[in-house]
Amino acid sequence: MEAVYAVCVGLLTFSGVFLCLRGRTFPVVMGLTLLSYAVNLFLFSSGRLKFDGATILGTSFSYADPLPQALVLTAIVIGFAMTAFIVILAMRARADLGNDHVDGRLPPAPEAKPRRKKEHA
Amino acid sequence: MSLFWIPLLPLIGTLAPLLSERFGRSACALFTAILPAVALAMVMSFTPQIFAGETLQQSFSWIPAMGLELSFRLDGLAMLFCILILGIGLLVILYARYYLSQQDSMARFYAYLILFMTAMVGIVTANNLLQLWLFWELTSISSFLLISFWNHKSEARKGARMALTVTGAGGLALLAGLLLIADIVGSYDLSVVLASGDTLRDHAAYPVALVLVLLGAFTKSAQFPFHFWLPHAMAAPTPVSAYLHSATMVKAGIFLLARFYPVLSGTELWFLIVSLTGLATLLLGAYIALFKHDLKGLLAYSTISHLGLITLLLGMDTELAAVAAIFHIINHATFKASLFMAAGIIDHESGSRDMRKLNGLWKYMPHTATLAMVAAASMAGVPLLNGFLSKEMFFAETLHQVALGSLSWMVPVLATLAGVFAVAYSTRFIHDVFFNGEPIDLPKTPHEPPRYMKIPVEILVTLCLLLGIFPAYIVGGLLDAASAAVLAGSVPEYSLSIWHGFNLPLLMSVIAMAGGLIIYYNRRHLYQFQAQFPETDAKLVFERLIQWLVDGASRVHKFFENGSLQRYMMLLLLFSLALTAGPLMDLNTTAGLRPHLPINGVEITAAVLLCLSALATVIWHRKRMVALLTLSVVGLIVSITFARFSAPDLALTQLSVEVVTVILLMLALFFLPQKTPKESSPRRIVRDMGIAAILGGIIGTINYALMTRPLHSISDFFLANSKTGGGGTNVVNVILVDFRGFDTLGEITVLGIAALGIYKLIARMRLYMPAGDEHGRPWARDRHPLMLAMISQSLLPLALLVSVYIFLRGHNLPGGGFIAGLVTSVALVQQYVAHGVDWIKARLKLDYQWLIASGVLIAALTGLGSWAFDRPFLTSWFDYFELPWIGKFELASAMLFDLGVYLTVVGATLLILANLGKLTTNHRPTQPESE
Repeated sequence: MEAVYAVCVGLLTFSGVFLCLRGRTFPVVMGLTLLSYAVNLFLFSSGRLKFDGATILGTSFSYADPLPQALVLTAIVIGFAMTAFIVILAMRARADLGNDHVDGRLPPAPEAKPRRKKEHA
Repeated sequence: MSLFWIPLLPLIGTLAPLLSERFGRSACALFTAILPAVALAMVMSFTPQIFAGETLQQSFSWIPAMGLELSFRLDGLAMLFCILILGIGLLVILYARYYLSQQDSMARFYAYLILFMTAMVGIVTANNLLQLWLFWELTSISSFLLISFWNHKSEARKGARMALTVTGAGGLALLAGLLLIADIVGSYDLSVVLASGDTLRDHAAYPVALVLVLLGAFTKSAQFPFHFWLPHAMAAPTPVSAYLHSATMVKAGIFLLARFYPVLSGTELWFLIVSLTGLATLLLGAYIALFKHDLKGLLAYSTISHLGLITLLLGMDTELAAVAAIFHIINHATFKASLFMAAGIIDHESGSRDMRKLNGLWKYMPHTATLAMVAAASMAGVPLLNGFLSKEMFFAETLHQVALGSLSWMVPVLATLAGVFAVAYSTRFIHDVFFNGEPIDLPKTPHEPPRYMKIPVEILVTLCLLLGIFPAYIVGGLLDAASAAVLAGSVPEYSLSIWHGFNLPLLMSVIAMAGGLIIYYNRRHLYQFQAQFPETDAKLVFERLIQWLVDGASRVHKFFENGSLQRYMMLLLLFSLALTAGPLMDLNTTAGLRPHLPINGVEITAAVLLCLSALATVIWHRKRMVALLTLSVVGLIVSITFARFSAPDLALTQLSVEVVTVILLMLALFFLPQKTPKESSPRRIVRDMGIAAILGGIIGTINYALMTRPLHSISDFFLANSKTGGGGTNVVNVILVDFRGFDTLGEITVLGIAALGIYKLIARMRLYMPAGDEHGRPWARDRHPLMLAMISQSLLPLALLVSVYIFLRGHNLPGGGFIAGLVTSVALVQQYVAHGVDWIKARLKLDYQWLIASGVLIAALTGLGSWAFDRPFLTSWFDYFELPWIGKFELASAMLFDLGVYLTVVGATLLILANLGKLTTNHRPTQPESE
C-alpha cells in the first residue's frame, strides 16, 4: 500500500511541477492545485497510513495520528485561499496587461502574434 | 564614577552643537567642547590607578548566553589613546571654530566630529570584540561624513567613497578575524582573549585570523598597498585631516595591532608580515612625500610613512620596539596635528596650498611660521624635539632586530634612507613655504590668522618641545602604563634621555640629516628624474576597479534575474533538487522496518484512476476545460483517500473545498482564454519534464522512506488529554480549537486577509467578457434553468441544517467549524449558480466583510476571555449541563471559538465567489469607476 501511495504522491508532484513551469497562468494554477494535493497527501502520510482508526475516542483500539490531520485540514483551507488569490491575480494580470503569460508579456515567438489578435477580436 | 560615562558623554555631546547652534558660533564651539572636556577630566581622574598598573573594567550584561555585553576597560593603552582623542579633539574644536567659513554649517560639522570622537573612544575602551568592531565601523561611517563634509565638491565625495570602501572592506575582514578569534578562544570578552595568547597562536586557524585582523588594521592605518585612500581623504576640511588623518583614526589600526600585540604577535608570521608592510609603507610614503606640491599631500604621505614606521616597530621582535612604537604614536600625533593645523592656517590666509606658489611667507606670518618650523623640525627628527627621541629609539631598535635573519642588516639601512627622505621633505616644507623668494600670484595677501586659531598649534608645539626636552617627566608614567598594557606586564628597562652618548643610532641620525639636506639641495635633478614616470591617479584606478566590480555584479544579477518567472521557478526547483538529492544518496535503504499495509483491488483501481487523471491534466492542459474536469477527478480521489486512511474530517474538508475550487476555476475560466497556445519548444518541454520527473521521484522516495519507518509521535498526549482537557472526543477538532487554537486563529486571520485581498483585486478589474464560447457560439439565453433553481432552493434549508449539525457535533464526531463553514458556503454558492447574483442580492442581505471580521473577532475574544479568569490566552473551558427534555449536554468555550472559524470560512469563501460571480452579470462593480 505504501509503495502505491508514494507513487501517487510522486506522480502528483511530477504533474504539479511540470504544469507550474508552463508559461500561461491557468496551467500554473492547475499545477499549484495538483502540487497542494501532493503536499497534503505527503504531510498526511507523516502520521503513517492506517485503516479503521478514525481519531474519535471510544471507536477503536488504536488510532491514527491526529496531529498531521489537524495540520492538513487547515492546509486544505488555506490552500483554497491561495488558489483563489492566485487565480484572481491571474485574471487581474490579464485585465491590466492584456495577456495571460506569467511574465506579464508575451514571448517573442512567431505563433504568439495571431493569437493575440483573436483575443481582442 | 563610572567608565560608561567616558564614551557616553561624547555620545550625548553629539547633540550639543545641534542644540546650541542658534546661540552663535563661539557659543556653539563652547557647548560642544564641554562634554568631551568632562570626559577627558574623568579619564585623567583614573590616572593613579592606571599608573599603578591596574586595569579598570566595567560591564553590563545584555544577552549573556551569547556572550553579548556592553563592556568597557581602561588600561594604560586605552588611557593614552583616550587622552590623545579627547585632548586633540578639544584643540580641533577650537581650531575649527575659526577655520570654518560662514557658509559651512558649524553644527553639522561639530556633530559629525563628536560622533567620530565617540566612536574612537568606543574602540579604545571596548572590552568586547563585537563592541570593538561596532565602534570601528562607526569611525568609518563618521569619517565618511567628515571627509564628504564639503559635499558639493566632486573630489570630496570621491575621496569619501574611497575611504569608506577601503576601510569598510577592511572592517569586514576584521569582523571575520574577530569572530574567528572568539571562536578559537571561546569568548568575546577581550580580557579572556588577551589572557589566551598561547591557545590562539597554537591553533591551526591562527594564520587566517591573523591575516584577517591585519587586513583590518592595515586598511585603517593606510599601510601599503592600501595607503592610496589617505591622500584622497585630504579633500576633507583641514581640522578633519588634523584630527582623523594624523592623530586618531589612522592610529586605530595601530591601536588594534598594539591591543592584540600580547596575543597575536610573537610568531614568525607576525614579524614577517607586519615588519615588511611597515618597512614598505615607511619608504614609499617618505619618498612620495618629497614630490607632492600640495601642502596637505606632502603631510598625507608623510603620515603614511610615519604610520609605516610605527607598524615596523610593532613588527620587530624586541620589547623595546613596542615601547618605541607607543612613544612615537604620542610624538607623531603632536607634531603632525600641529603641522596640519599650520597648513590649514596657511591655506586659509593665503588661499593656496600649492608649494610652487607659496614662497617667503615668513615675512607675512612670522608667528605661524615659527610654530610650523618647530613642528616640521620635530617631524625631521631634530634634537631637543620629541620626534628626535622616538626616531633615535627607532634607529636603535632596527639595529637589534633579527626578524629577517641574515638580511636583517637591510632594515637599519632602509630606515636611515627613510630618515633621509623625511629630513628632505621636512626641509622642503620649511624652506619652500616660508623662504625661497616671494609668493607667486596667491589669491589673497597672506597675513596672520585670528589670535585664537593659533592657540591649538601653540599648545601642540609647546608639547613637542616639552616632550623633547623633559620626556620622562612629562610622559614617562603614561608611556610605562601603556607599554605595560601592550607587553602584557613586563616593561623592559629603557631611558628617555636626550643624550645617549656617541653611538650608532646617533650616527644614523646625522647621516639622515646630512643626506636629507643634500637631497633637498639637489631636488631639481630628483624632480626631473621623477617626472619621467607617468603619474597614476589612484582615484581613477579605484573608480575603474569599482566599475568593473559593479559590471560583474550586474552581469551575475542579470543572469539570475532576467524578468522571466518561468526561469526563476526553474532555478528554484533546481536548487531544491540539489538540496534534497544529496542527503537521499546517503540513505542506504529506502524501505524502513515498519510492516506494510495490504492492498486490495478497489484501492489499486483508485490509485490508477488518480494517476491517469493527473496525467490527463498534464496531457490536456492546453484544453483548459477538459483539464479542469480531470483535475476535479484527482481532487475527488484525494478526498476518498483521506476517508480510507482514517481521516473523515479531512475527507469532508477536501470534498467541500473541491466543490468550491472547481466553481471558482470555472468562473475564472470564463474570463481567461479557453485554450493555452502551443508555445513551449520541444526542448523546453523535455527539460521541464526532466526536472518534474526527478523532483517527483525524489518526493515519492522521501514519502516512501518516511511511511515505512516507525513513528514516534507526540500525538499520544493529544489522544490522552482530548477528552479530559479539551472536553471533546474528536481529537482532530480538539487540536484545532483547543491544543493548537493559536495556530487556528492565525489561519483564519490569513484566510480573511486573503479574501479581502481578492476583494480588492476584483474591485477595479476591467475584464473582457466573451459573448460566446470558444467556437463562437453565443451563450444560452435562459441563464437559470428552472429545475436547478427549484431543487437547489428546496435543498437549501436541508443543507443549512446539515451544516448546523456538522458544526454542533464537531467537537465529538467528524465535523467542526471549518467543514460546516464550507458546507454552508457550498449551499449558498449553489443558490448563486441557480438564481444569479441579482436574485440573491435582494434576498440575502449579508455583508461578507463583516462576517469575516466578526468571525476573527469572536475567535480572538474567546481567546482573550480566558484572561478574565487569570488563564493564559485561549485556555478552554467546558462543562456539562442538564436541561429537561433535551437531556445532558456540553457547553465549551471551544464551541464559541469554532463559531468564529465557521463565520470566517463562510465569509471568506462567499466574498471570493460572490464577487467573482458578480463580474459575469451586467451589474459589474466597474460602475463606480465611471463616476
